[in-house]
Amino acid sequence: MTLSAESLAQIDKEIAKYPADQKQSAVMAALRIAQVEKGWLAPETIEFVAAYLGMPAIAVYEVATFYNMYELEPCGRHKITVCTNLPCQLQGADKVADYLKQKLGIDFGETTPDGRFTLREGECFGTCGSGPLCLHNNHKMHTHLSPEVVDKLLDELK
Amino acid sequence: MSVPYTGPKVCLWTLDHPNPAALETYVANGGYAALKKILAEKVPAEKIIEEVKLSALRGRGGAGFPTGLKWSFMPRNYDGDKYVVCNTDEGEPGTFKDRDIVEFNPHQLIEGMIIAGYTLGARAGYNYIHGEIFELYQSWEKALEEARAAGYLGKNICGSGWDFDLHAHHGYGAYVCGEETALLESLEGKKGQPRFKPPFPASYGLYGKPTTINNTETLASIPWIMRHGGQAFLDLGKPNNGGTKIFSISGHVNKPGNYEIPLGTPFGDLLEMAGGVRNGHKLKAVIPGGSSAPVLPADVMMACTLDFDSIAKAGSMLGSGAVIVMDETTCMVKALERLSYFYYEESCGQCTPCREGTGWMYRVIKRIEHGEGRPEDLDLLMNVGTNIAGRTICALGDAAVGPVQSFIKHFRKEFEYHIEHKKCLVGS
Ligand SMILES: Cc1cc2nc3c(=O)[nH]c(=O)nc-3n(C[C@H](O)[C@H](O)[C@H](O)COP(=O)(O)O)c2cc1C
Ligand code: SF4
Ligand code: FES
Repeated sequence: MTLSAESLAQIDKEIAKYPADQKQSAVMAALRIAQVEKGWLAPETIEFVAAYLGMPAIAVYEVATFYNMYELEPCGRHKITVCTNLPCQLQGADKVADYLKQKLGIDFGETTPDGRFTLREGECFGTCGSGPLCLHNNHKMHTHLSPEVVDKLLDELK
Repeated sequence: MSVPYTGPKVCLWTLDHPNPAALETYVANGGYAALKKILAEKVPAEKIIEEVKLSALRGRGGAGFPTGLKWSFMPRNYDGDKYVVCNTDEGEPGTFKDRDIVEFNPHQLIEGMIIAGYTLGARAGYNYIHGEIFELYQSWEKALEEARAAGYLGKNICGSGWDFDLHAHHGYGAYVCGEETALLESLEGKKGQPRFKPPFPASYGLYGKPTTINNTETLASIPWIMRHGGQAFLDLGKPNNGGTKIFSISGHVNKPGNYEIPLGTPFGDLLEMAGGVRNGHKLKAVIPGGSSAPVLPADVMMACTLDFDSIAKAGSMLGSGAVIVMDETTCMVKALERLSYFYYEESCGQCTPCREGTGWMYRVIKRIEHGEGRPEDLDLLMNVGTNIAGRTICALGDAAVGPVQSFIKHFRKEFEYHIEHKKCLVGS
């Protein structure tokens, strides 16, 4: 198991941000980059990152399990995370979440049988002024959600 | 004050320009001038700290600690590495101001971090950026590249012979990493579990080296202070509460968003700028400083001005300036259920009172919301809270208790109604 040359180049760029004896500081970025390439963090991916950074595998597992944007099990091609925290809830996040659940036929934490979508509940994204909102695959935010906006978004995600 | 506020803004002024984030926009309006002057005149660190003290700039991350005083804690004659760290982890529900600084005025934050680095004798700085805003992590890295290419970062900055660099570090979903020592652990590539204090970061920080951590808005205010003087910043606000401040207003208002206004502005003015309560409803309650701040009933809030001292006097806190507005249709039990779930979910699990207590509080509030509450539950909640507050490593424990105790204090009847009638008083 290895990562693509492009992913490794990105990880090397992250490592260079920290003092030479503090490579471990790049572990969060390395796991993110690995997850973007592989879709989720399989044990062999985590072990690869550990070897690459010269860390014990257990230390990398600790990080991968602590932060909730890492996926430790296979997940759908499109992960949709909806913020349901209070400010978003007041602005209608529950209705959007219900609409998504009904439309995809799954609950939070589940994946559609065709492997296309995974639905997750998220905590505050620090963007409450534009809620209700969701994240697509951790990195792209969609704001001001309504059933129409959700329909359009889901159509675009093949 | 006239509504809306049209006076000087410290952080979000670039939004009045066509290309707010561009280096040219920043430089054309006096950006990086303060840094150049400091470097050319070799202004002594003590003088900069004096100016920051005079400005009455108080930390914008939540605690409102005076920034000049915090900076004076850094050891002056330490000859190893030191660091300056910016906290853009912004995960406190209701807060969304720092993202706008990073998106629309990145160079002012960069200049602020460089001036902080110069003043504190740091070799490098890191900006820790909230996990869910990856696009801003990328745009800030681009701004760093621009600053580097223009000679503001790297070796021999502006020909001064002084070297300093900045980097971005991206979080990946853990609210507790906003706590400064958890943030340092996370920067070191570990689980984000807060450290015991003391030692404080000024003596034992990143990689065990002296470190100063400030919020994004705090650091972005520094260039303005150095350019216009501490007194001018103080005069923008009110005594002991210098400057303008960004208020993030969300919830039941017509125009949720960020409004940068002087500290000391009446709450009613902010509410008006935000278009008032939505659908003409009546104001019921406000959480004035992010989800961890105690809730205040409408009449108490309407009598407050927005500054650290006024809101503290009313029994809450200005916190991060995140104003969560709830109208008369809000079920306070349901609102509290969601907040208490958040703290339960985000507890790092190190301290027993927080790990067990947050789950306990959540389960009790949940059963009240779902019509299974018991008469003794409210006392139980207050009691669990008392056993968490002040008995934990970091302030997340206290933060989880504040909402529970204040919601019950001010809206006890609603909770009692739920328990007695197994249903909601407001029916939303
Ligand atoms: C649980 C918890 C979460 C916090 N989250 C943040 C945050 O997201 N951003 C922030 O600036 N400060 C946050 N703080 C406060 C920081 O620990 C620290 O006081 C602050 O960054 C200092 O900067 P300042 O003095 O400029 O305000 C948090 C504190 C706690 C206890
Ligand atoms: S108070 Fe809670 S979040 Fe803070 S260190 Fe203890 S267990 Fe962790
Ligand atoms: S509560 Fe949803 S982004 Fe803040």
